[in-house]
Amino acid sequence: MIQVREVTKRYGAKTVVDHLSFTAKPGKVTGFLGPNGAGKSTTMRMIVGLDAPNSGDVLVNGKPYASSQAPLHEIGVLLEAKAGHPGRTAVSHLLALARTHGIPRSRVDEVLELAGLSAVAHKRVGAFSLGMGQRLGIAAALLGDPAVVMLDEPVNGLDPEGVLWVRNLLSGLAAEGRTVMLSSHLMSEVSLIAEHLIIVGRGKLLADTTVADLVTAEGVRVVTPAPDALRTLIGGPDVTVTSTGAEELFVTGRTTREIGLAAATRGIPLFELTSQNASLEEAFMDLTRDAVEYEAAR
Amino acid sequence: MKITPGGVVAAEWTKFSSLRSTWITTGISVLLLIVFGTIASASFSGDSLSAVDLALSGSTLAALAVGVLGALLAASEYTTGMIRATLAAVPRRLPVLWSKSLVAGLAALVVMTAGAFAAFALGSAVLNQDVGALGLGDDGVVRALVGAGLYLGLVAVLGVALGMLVRSSAGAIAILAGVLLIVPGLAALLPDAIADAITPYLPSNAGSAVMTLTQGEGTLAPWTGLAVFAGYVVVTLGVAAYRLKKSDA
Ligand SMILES: Nc1ncnc2c1ncn2[C@@H]1O[C@H](COP(=O)(O)OP(=O)(O)O)[C@@H](O)[C@H]1O
Ligand SMILES: [Mg+2]
Repeated sequence: MIQVREVTKRYGAKTVVDHLSFTAKPGKVTGFLGPNGAGKSTTMRMIVGLDAPNSGDVLVNGKPYASSQAPLHEIGVLLEAKAGHPGRTAVSHLLALARTHGIPRSRVDEVLELAGLSAVAHKRVGAFSLGMGQRLGIAAALLGDPAVVMLDEPVNGLDPEGVLWVRNLLSGLAAEGRTVMLSSHLMSEVSLIAEHLIIVGRGKLLADTTVADLVTAEGVRVVTPAPDALRTLIGGPDVTVTSTGAEELFVTGRTTREIGLAAATRGIPLFELTSQNASLEEAFMDLTRDAVEYEAAR
Repeated sequence: MKITPGGVVAAEWTKFSSLRSTWITTGISVLLLIVFGTIASASFSGDSLSAVDLALSGSTLAALAVGVLGALLAASEYTTGMIRATLAAVPRRLPVLWSKSLVAGLAALVVMTAGAFAAFALGSAVLNQDVGALGLGDDGVVRALVGAGLYLGLVAVLGVALGMLVRSSAGAIAILAGVLLIVPGLAALLPDAIADAITPYLPSNAGSAVMTLTQGEGTLAPWTGLAVFAGYVVVTLGVAAYRLKKSDA
C-alpha cells in the first residue's frame, strides 16, 4: 500500500506538488494520470524518498520507506528508462542492485527472463533501445519480489507487443495481491490496465475515482419506427428529446432502462437502445483542461 | 532478504569491477607509477634524491589518476541516473558512500602498494651508478613504499568524496587536480613567511611526506603528514555525506 498524505513539494518558488493525498491499495492497479509537468514523477520520487517533501509525508506499507530493513522487498520502482551506467551489462546492473539485499544471482536471471532480456543479458546497457531500457527497469523493479510495484510511464517507448506484456504483467501482479501503480499522461494507456485512477494537474488532486465512474452517461440513442409516440411517452421536465434522423432520437434525462420499460408498456418496437458515453479521453481532457492551459500559457 | 553492510559493499564492488573504465584507469595509474619510477631511476644522477624517492617519482601523476578513478566512480552515479536506482535500494544512503569509498580505497591501496614495490624493484635494477642503491632492509624503505600505497588509496577515497559532493565528473576532476597540483604552486607565490608555514600542510605535500625517505626542512614527519592528509579526506567525506543525506537525489 502507498499512502501519500498532504504532500507538498516546491522547487524554488514553484509548487510542483500541492497538498496531494491519495492511497494506492493492494490487489489493484492504480493509474496515476496527469498532463506532462503535473508532478507525477516528482510524487513518485518522494514515495521512495529520493526527493524530500516540503511538508506532508508518505508511507509505504504503513511505514516510512527509509526505515525498512529490506526496501527492495517493500517496493520496486521504475523511475525513468535507461537509468543505469551505459557501460555496464544488464546482468551487472541488476546484480549490483541485488547484492545490496543479498538477493541471489538466480533471481537476477529470473527477472531477466521475465522481462525478455535473457538474450541481451551480457550486452552493455548503453546499446539498449528505449524499450529495452524500460524492460530492464521493470526487471529491476521486480528483483526484490516487492509488495508494491510502482512504474513511471512504463509503456513509453515500448512496441505494441511490449505494451501488452506490461498490461498482462501488471494485472497479474495485482491479482497476486500486490499494490500496483503506474503513471501516464495518456488516458488510453492507463484505462485498459487500471481500475483506480488518481488524476492530477499542476500538482493538485483533480479526481480520485474509478474508470467506471469517470465515464459519465451523456444520453441515450433510440431507434424506433414510432419516434413521435415514444417522444410523448417519455417526455418530462428534465428530459430532452431530439430527433437525429427519421427513426432516431437522442434522449437525455432518462436511462436506457426507463425508456425500454416505457416503450414495452405501449408495445412500441425499439430497434436500438444505447447509452452514449463521453469517452474516457474526453472526461480526462475536461478534468485537466485548466491544468494544461496553465502549463501552455506560461 | 535484507540490507546488510556487507551486501552494500559487495554491490559497490560489483559496480566498480563491472566497468571497463575502472580497469583502464587503474592500469594507467599503476603504469604511470612504474614507468616514471623506472625512467627516473635510470636517468637521474646526483645525490639529492635517494633510490626510493626516484622509484616513487611517478606518484604525483599516479595520484591524479587514482583520484580520477574515484571521482568517475562516484560522479557517474549522477551523470547516468544510476543514483536513483542505487538510493531506492539503499534509502538510508550513507552506506553507499562508505562502501564506495572502501571499495575504491582498498582497490587503490592494494594495486598501488604492489606498484610501488614493482617500481622500486625495477628502478633498483636500472639505477644510475651515481645514486646509492638501497634494499628493502634499509631504514624507511618499506615505510615509504607502503606509505605510497596508503597515500594513493586515500587519494582514491578523496576522488569518491569529491565525485559524490559535486556530482559531475569534470567538476570533481578539476577540483582534484587543483588541490593536488595547482595549490602547492600557488602557495609558493605567497610571502615567504606565510608560504613556509603552510606549505607542509597542503594536501599533496602532507601526503607525500610518508613517501620521502629523507625528510627535508619544511616537510612533516612521515606519519604526521599522512595523518594530516587523511584529515583532509575525512573532512571532504563528511561534507559529501552531509550533502548526500540532506539533498534531493
Ligand atoms: N529537480 C527539479 N528541479 C526543479 N524543477 C523540477 C525538478 N523536477 C521537476 N521539476 C518541475 O516540476 C514540474 C513537475 O515535473 P514532473 O514531476 O516531472 O511532472 P510529470 O512527471 O507529471 O510530467 C515540472 O514543471 C518540472 O519542470
Ligand atoms: Mg514524468
